[in-house]
Amino acid sequence: MNDRAEHIYKTFDEELRQLDNRLAEMGGLVEAQLAGAVEALRRGNTELAEQVVARDKEIDALDIEIDLFSVRLVALRQPVAADLRTIFAAIRISSDLERIGDMAKNIARRTHAVSSFPPLATTASIASMARVVQTMIKQVLDAWTARDTEAAADVFARDAEVDQHYASLFRELLTYMMEDPRNIGPCTHLLFVAKNLERVGDHTTNIAEQIDYAVLGTRSTERETHDPTNTHIPAAEG
Amino acid sequence: MDMSPSTIRPKLTARGVNVFYGDAQALNRVDLDIRAHEVTALIGPSGCGKSTFLRCLNRMNDLIEICRVDGDIRLDGEDVYDPAVDLVYLRARIGMVFQKPNPFPKSIYDNVAYGPKIHGLARSRAEMDDIVASSLERAGLWEEVKDRLDAPATGLSGGQQQRLCIARAIAVRPEVILMDEPCSSLDPIATARIEALMDELKQNFTIVIVTHSMQQAARVSQRTAFFHLGDLVEVGDTDTVFTQPVDPRTESYISGRIG
Repeated sequence: MNDRAEHIYKTFDEELRQLDNRLAEMGGLVEAQLAGAVEALRRGNTELAEQVVARDKEIDALDIEIDLFSVRLVALRQPVAADLRTIFAAIRISSDLERIGDMAKNIARRTHAVSSFPPLATTASIASMARVVQTMIKQVLDAWTARDTEAAADVFARDAEVDQHYASLFRELLTYMMEDPRNIGPCTHLLFVAKNLERVGDHTTNIAEQIDYAVLGTRSTERETHDPTNTHIPAAEG
Repeated sequence: MDMSPSTIRPKLTARGVNVFYGDAQALNRVDLDIRAHEVTALIGPSGCGKSTFLRCLNRMNDLIEICRVDGDIRLDGEDVYDPAVDLVYLRARIGMVFQKPNPFPKSIYDNVAYGPKIHGLARSRAEMDDIVASSLERAGLWEEVKDRLDAPATGLSGGQQQRLCIARAIAVRPEVILMDEPCSSLDPIATARIEALMDELKQNFTIVIVTHSMQQAARVSQRTAFFHLGDLVEVGDTDTVFTQPVDPRTESYISGRIG
């Protein structure tokens, strides 16, 4: 885990390791799900999309397992200080991962609708936004394993990039819709996909905050999760 | 949280307190403030100096011949170690409850009346009855013993005996109550009653408790001081010490690590 001295109760160390392993397993699954969803959407692969939707149950089950395991640890071990913070951070990280899983499922679900339209150039922009988000998830999971607060800070910095991607996708999609009303269907779906990816970025920064909390005991006040498109909603043009 | 100045003003101050047993130094330059109307918990592994420090506060260490205390300890600004201090009076102001309940082999009534009698706190039998009743009430024992005040105290259960000792301590109207592992020989129910009692008593008294139970320190105290090998390592608000300790030695001890 980290370089702390071991507990006198060795089984408690073992249990904390188990908690970490479960989270790592869940993180790996979430990464795979998001990658699958984006791939399905990009290629119009509805079969892969269905697989992604079906596997979300595994993430939900892990979330519940981590939750119950953590409650048990608090009740039986009465952890304090860093141990206590680690367990609470794990509960919160698990629920953020579970939400990211839901986002992946939502993206996968749109594959069918999007694939029934002629392909748009926008899917490439979606893919590059997804790459940033996927990198963030990988970074934040590694940062958690290493309890590395500096790496967690990098994840924060990247979220601005995600927001920029989202804002530019929003403008791009609006342009298509104004160009040709037949684009409104697929573009609306893609807009939701972009929004989902933007939310994934936010959940990832939540996880980064939990690394700070577990390691240092500090909690930054709720960072503003601003939606960059809020100020961009154009007035109807004549 | 109540942050009024009266709760912040220290009741007891210790500055540069060193304690030696012969050549062995048991405490190294301890600086600690004990705030009025709060419970301060002293924690740390066996031999860390926490009980030694507690016993310095009302000069119980004077009873140990090879023990030497230097440094400055003040109660409301008055030097506790001033040669002119009347020890009987000092220990009435700073009472003590010990690990094992130690009632006198007398009746319940006489156990509580003993101190007030010595200090001449009652001018009549009626006044003494009042002191005994109110002390037993404050110690949460009145309802259980009011019909058998003449019964021998040794016939009470361990938890009742400990509450009797608390009643005996508060009967002389102390300002500070020192408790040296007061629950270590009690079952969880009796322990919970004593802990609940401490919470009430702190309104009228200042309490310092030595405990081996971290959970007890967390439950009853507002301030926690961690001692290790004769050093005061860390002192702070209890909620901070248990969620975000500063010193790695504190962290190791409270989370049960081999430090």
